[in-house]
Amino acid sequence: MSTEPIVSIRGLRKRFGENEVLKGIDFEVQRGEVVAIIGKSGSGKSTLLRCINGLEAFQQGELEVDGQALKHGNAAAMRALRQHVGMIFQSFNLFPHLSVGRNVMLAPTLVKQRDKPAATAQARKLLERVGLAEKFDAWPDQLSGGQQQRVAIARALAMEPSVMLCDEITSALDPELVGEVLRVVETLADEGMTLLMVTHEMGFARKVSDRVVFMHAGRIHEMGPPERLFGAPQTPELQQFLSALH
Amino acid sequence: MIQLDFLAVLEQWPALLSGAGFTLGLSATAAVVGVGVGVACGWARSLGPAWLQRLVGVYVELIRNTPFIVQLFFIYFGLPSLGVKLSPEVASIIAMVVNLGAYAAEIARAGIEGTPRGQFEAARSLALTEFQVFTRVVLPPALARVWPALVSQIVIVMLGSAVCGQISAQELSYAANLIQSRNFRAFEATLIATAMYLLLAIGVRQFLFWAGPRWIFGRPQASGR
Amino acid sequence: MVDFSLWDIFRNLLLAARWTVGLSLVAFAGGALVGLALLLVRLARWPGARLGVSLYVQVFQGTPLLMQLFLAYFGLALLGVNVSAWVAAGMALTLYSSAFLTEIWRGCVDAVPKGQWEASESLALSFGETLRHVVGPQALRIAVPPTVGFLVQVIKGTALASVIGFIELTKAGTMITNATFRPFTVYACVALLYFALCWPVSAYSRRLERSFRRVH
Repeated sequence: MSTEPIVSIRGLRKRFGENEVLKGIDFEVQRGEVVAIIGKSGSGKSTLLRCINGLEAFQQGELEVDGQALKHGNAAAMRALRQHVGMIFQSFNLFPHLSVGRNVMLAPTLVKQRDKPAATAQARKLLERVGLAEKFDAWPDQLSGGQQQRVAIARALAMEPSVMLCDEITSALDPELVGEVLRVVETLADEGMTLLMVTHEMGFARKVSDRVVFMHAGRIHEMGPPERLFGAPQTPELQQFLSALH
Repeated sequence: MIQLDFLAVLEQWPALLSGAGFTLGLSATAAVVGVGVGVACGWARSLGPAWLQRLVGVYVELIRNTPFIVQLFFIYFGLPSLGVKLSPEVASIIAMVVNLGAYAAEIARAGIEGTPRGQFEAARSLALTEFQVFTRVVLPPALARVWPALVSQIVIVMLGSAVCGQISAQELSYAANLIQSRNFRAFEATLIATAMYLLLAIGVRQFLFWAGPRWIFGRPQASGR
Repeated sequence: MVDFSLWDIFRNLLLAARWTVGLSLVAFAGGALVGLALLLVRLARWPGARLGVSLYVQVFQGTPLLMQLFLAYFGLALLGVNVSAWVAAGMALTLYSSAFLTEIWRGCVDAVPKGQWEASESLALSFGETLRHVVGPQALRIAVPPTVGFLVQVIKGTALASVIGFIELTKAGTMITNATFRPFTVYACVALLYFALCWPVSAYSRRLERSFRRVH
């Protein structure tokens, strides 16, 4: 098994204007690890995730994913990095003018130059994997929130990423639709996908993750296996955070 | 008692039809190129560098605050003194493209600026190039959003092309003018040509509302919008 | 050989521009009156008003202004009225403006929430009172920016009156071009003068729209 971390972050600092949102992050993720990132809003957890695929630029530090260093000014380098990192958004962001199948096929066709029959076959397989095989020709606005999010997962998987970033992917869903999405994520975890999830679903995080990261005020405050973080929180901030959830 | 003789004009239907065809041809060419110019300028104004935004802004304001006939005369009569000699047809198309481009620029800009930020982020996260993000993800829904305004503007430019008869472009108003210079039925010729313009306007509008969803931006059965 | 200076050209164009301004104001004012009448007829739900006004608007918006000017010119001549280009142009532009203005204003009245009408009715206000005290003022505020913006269209429209012989800015430009053989300079000046007339109005309309949006 490779011992090289798949995501390596050193001394990351990020400011929004005068406000320093990430105050020096040092963090490594191993291949196949499932990491849950939790914390209050404003703790910087979404910002950290968005730094990893370059949606946010950072002022100081180094970031490497699957051997690709993150170089902001270099568009080609950014695109190369993004072929290794998939992202799922809280608001799904499906393309409204394309059918479900074409949503999944768009990037492989344009970026990986896959021909149409191959891309179609791959899209069908991925939609089947997320339980939406019959929705290939449907339009995004005909689907429920949970279905749209599962299509978004299939769309990201079509690029065969090594790492998947999940940014509060169930926060915008009605409660009864959350389960179907989490089941798909759990399958991904079981299949060995490296996952970084910012989430409020503590039960899910406890069940599925190998490591939990608690962020507070722009720093990694506590980190460790879920049993320890949820069962025996060390710092008062984490204790406060967990008690506020009940 | 006023004697109206429409038959004398209707007998000349081949000339009228030819003129209408020419008007359609001018307008179709101007529409395709003009919308292209407009989309490029709309991109420049919403996503381009600051100096380009200002340059396009000057172009847009100049065109929108001067009459089309003056723009046409400037291109057809004015440019030859710079050594650029143009036929009436080419001058007409250039004037119409320049005119439509400015209006389409503002319309396209409104469409592009209505794009939710998440669409940009999702497309970039999938490793698409900026060009692919714009043409495959941002532009189709943007055009759908502003299609009624764009269609209206195309019809306005088509109706405005009547002025091109003044520089002897052989479009519909020129045909009507020719007819009435021969049979002196000025009112009848003008009325019939005007009715033809109305039919053209209605027809072009229907066609573009049918063609847009089918050929340009995706869903033939636009539901829920 | 008479050599015309730039100032000669410009001065003559400026003189002609007075007629552009005059025609614009007449057409805009006339169009506003007719347009308002059409709007009221439509709102009062006179029989056939909705269809009639709608057709009126569609005809004027669906045909070239140039042809409308020709129709006025030739039509009045047919009736035996010895009409100057000024009257024909004034008439045609007035009707043209009325169609566009009535349509703009109809949109503004529609933009006032239906609940306003219902509340007034519940308070036993008559149609006229509702219009004068409740819906009218609200619609008026919405209407100011696009109405000011339409003035720009009217000013540009007067340029077509040159084709039926009315001597305004564009016609003067043509005549001066024929005298000086400097079309590039002359038409550039013509364009600049139209710009000087239109751009301030456009900018003002935009400012009104921004301030309207801020309040709401």
